[in-house]
Amino acid sequence: MIDFLAAAIRIATPLIFAALGGILSERAGVFAVGLEGMMLLGAWAAVIGTWGTGSEMAGIAAAAAGGAIAALAIAIVTVRYRADNMVTGLTVNILALGLTTYLMRILSGSNGPVSVHLDPLPMMPVPGLSQIPVVGTLLFSHPPLTYLAVIGCVLLAFVLTRTQAGLLLCATGENPEAVFAAGADPMRIRMLAVIACGGVAGLGGAVISLQQVGTFTDGMTGGRGYLALASLIVGRWNPWGAAAACLVFGAAEAFELRLQSYGIPVSSYIVQMAPYLIALGVLALLGRTGKLPAAIGKPL
Amino acid sequence: MAALLEMRAIAKYYGPVRANDGIDLDVRAGEIVGLLGENGSGKSTLMKVLFGIVPPDSGGIVFRGRELSGHRPREAMGAGIAMIHQHFMLIDAMTVLENVMLGWAEAGKVLRRGLIAQRVHEVSRRLGLDLDPHARVADLPLGRRQRIEILKAVLRNAELLILDEPTSNLAPGEVHDLLTILSRLRSEGRGIVFITHKLPEVLDVCDSVVVLRAGKASPKASVVGVSKSQLAEMMVGRDVAAPHILKKIDNQPLRLEARALTGAGLGPLDLELRGGEILGIAGVDGNGQFELAETLSGLRPAVSGSLRLDGRDIVRMSSARRTRVGLAYMPADRSATALVKSMSIAENLMLRDSRRRPYCRNGLLDQGATVEKANSLMAQFDIRARSADTKAGSLSGGNQQKIVIARELDRAPAVLVAHQPTWGLDPGATRFVLERIVALRDGGAAIVYISSELEEILAISDRIAVLSAGRFAGLVKREAVEKAQLGLWMSGRTA
Ligand SMILES: Nc1ncnc2c1ncn2[C@@H]1O[C@H](COP(=O)(O)OP(=O)(O)OP(=O)(O)O)[C@@H](O)[C@H]1O
Ligand SMILES: [Mg+2]
Repeated sequence: MIDFLAAAIRIATPLIFAALGGILSERAGVFAVGLEGMMLLGAWAAVIGTWGTGSEMAGIAAAAAGGAIAALAIAIVTVRYRADNMVTGLTVNILALGLTTYLMRILSGSNGPVSVHLDPLPMMPVPGLSQIPVVGTLLFSHPPLTYLAVIGCVLLAFVLTRTQAGLLLCATGENPEAVFAAGADPMRIRMLAVIACGGVAGLGGAVISLQQVGTFTDGMTGGRGYLALASLIVGRWNPWGAAAACLVFGAAEAFELRLQSYGIPVSSYIVQMAPYLIALGVLALLGRTGKLPAAIGKPL
Repeated sequence: MAALLEMRAIAKYYGPVRANDGIDLDVRAGEIVGLLGENGSGKSTLMKVLFGIVPPDSGGIVFRGRELSGHRPREAMGAGIAMIHQHFMLIDAMTVLENVMLGWAEAGKVLRRGLIAQRVHEVSRRLGLDLDPHARVADLPLGRRQRIEILKAVLRNAELLILDEPTSNLAPGEVHDLLTILSRLRSEGRGIVFITHKLPEVLDVCDSVVVLRAGKASPKASVVGVSKSQLAEMMVGRDVAAPHILKKIDNQPLRLEARALTGAGLGPLDLELRGGEILGIAGVDGNGQFELAETLSGLRPAVSGSLRLDGRDIVRMSSARRTRVGLAYMPADRSATALVKSMSIAENLMLRDSRRRPYCRNGLLDQGATVEKANSLMAQFDIRARSADTKAGSLSGGNQQKIVIARELDRAPAVLVAHQPTWGLDPGATRFVLERIVALRDGGAAIVYISSELEEILAISDRIAVLSAGRFAGLVKREAVEKAQLGLWMSGRTA
């Protein structure tokens, strides 16, 4: 059981990163539909960066940069040129899928499809703490990026509620005109928020490629960006709420892996749909109860 | 006392429109200057120039001995000027405290909530603002929200406050409180520019007045010993305060009839209105006025009860169908419900009747006829703009309101529901609108006139009802009105 929960946490890690990024973007007033594309570009950049430099740190940095570049495109098109959030996000998602697939082919040159195989990031038990029974296994025996996700939650919760930057960010999603009247530049704030969203979502991509798998395959994010989007809505644009929702989805997937390993005769495709069905159910139940940022999706 | 602000020969032209045409304005520390003038005379423009929202074409500004030019709102704020916009610049989903801290350097990069909350408390107590730092803005009435803006200005050490029509959407009690707060600010040595169309407020609180007319300013005059009608004359060149005489009309058919009409926050209400009758609905804002107006006009559904117009049950009809059977509606919310700001004056004028002549022929819009009609309405209702193609949003507040009034009155409706129709109009224009509404009545229409301006209601209503907590607290004929009784009803002792 404890192993199962610990697995759920690890599986939820990429979702948590993406959801945190999405919160930044949506709180500033831009729908985070492009999370999937940002993650995918991040996942790709993480593998290529690590492979090229031999340093995992460099790979992780490249992932953040990759996600941020995808986000930059979205920021320019939606914020600067006031294009529709949904359409732009979806376009970037499709573009990212095509681009990463193509770049993998190019890099492989004539020697057939490249196969970069890296060792997945190792477990990094926290000395001392990981020895505590139950809690140790549950919380302190994880690979490095999982810890970073938790730190990300703490940090984002602090920034949103306790700092001037967070206040300005949320205000921009509610009433940009008032932000302008207060002497700040809402357009700049939105641009920065979306780019930061890309950076964080890119880290989510790195978790999948570097920490969970150890290679890049075409379209490997497989809809997790959308699942993260659902989580942040279910979590009411609040870092801890979103993380909790991600954990539920993580648990659903961990459960599915269990079922498979026990050889229970249910089609794995059916089981794989579980997280998405849960998401649909919860979203329908919540309906419009939560309050979206008032000015989300509205151009400046 | 020292001159705080000197504006010299400010000019601002919008194409051929001389919004400001060489205006001088001085404000001393500890002085409240009333800025008066007809709709479109250039008051808002002058203040936008001062605050750096629009650049002037020529002229100079000296504030606290330093030249201000080429500035934007940010620099104006930095210099110590605060502008309280008519549409508040607040985040509804946040608390008072968060709104105060927003964008304010002294709140710190990591917010010093406790410290700032303390200062909010202090200033709030000193000025009698009565604001709880932890209340959410969305839960506060409009008057309180405005005080947040004042609080922000004072905390940021503004030496000069600009208030552009701050009282037009406040209830009478709230207006009184605001004027008290302004006097306290004056005694702290701050300068205030106060724009309003309501002359009693000017006499109450201002030290001096400047009147704008067609972009030019009168010399500053003291208000000591000046009467209301003298002020009105200064503004429009004639006395506008004479009461209306309603001629008696008998034996008119029943035009509007409500039975146990009930909606969210409203009713059950019974209502009977004959042709040639104006029913004035008085009451403190927020007692169901908005709900009543929207339920009558079909914008929100009635839960139960009936509503008949000339005998036809319209309670289930959409607002479009109600329009067709003869109902006209002037909403109070001109920026959202009444006008499309990004469309031209002509388009806004035809909005309700775009399917009918003269706007439409054989299913196609007739441009020529539309513009012609618009021009005639603009002349009739004195809508001041460059042309019928001008975007409604670029007009002065009062002129925007006149578009709504022209559109609805021109339809010659059987029943008119008017909610605060004179909002933001100067005294001359107010008088004109009231006259037109009375003329509509004399032509046999029934009118529901909802307003928080008791004076207007008393001036034109045949009967007066007081709305309190969504129900009629009382109903009297004009001849039998006692102000004290109305006051009692308004204070909502209905239990
Ligand atoms: N952005 C703009 N574009 C074109 N014309 C404008 C613009 N802003 C104002 N005007 C014109 O300038 C004139 C002065 O407008 P202003 O808003 O200063 O009037 P005001 O005195 O504030 O009137 P009100 O009492 O109705 O609010 C009006 O004729 C208005 O149509
Ligand atoms: Mg104005």
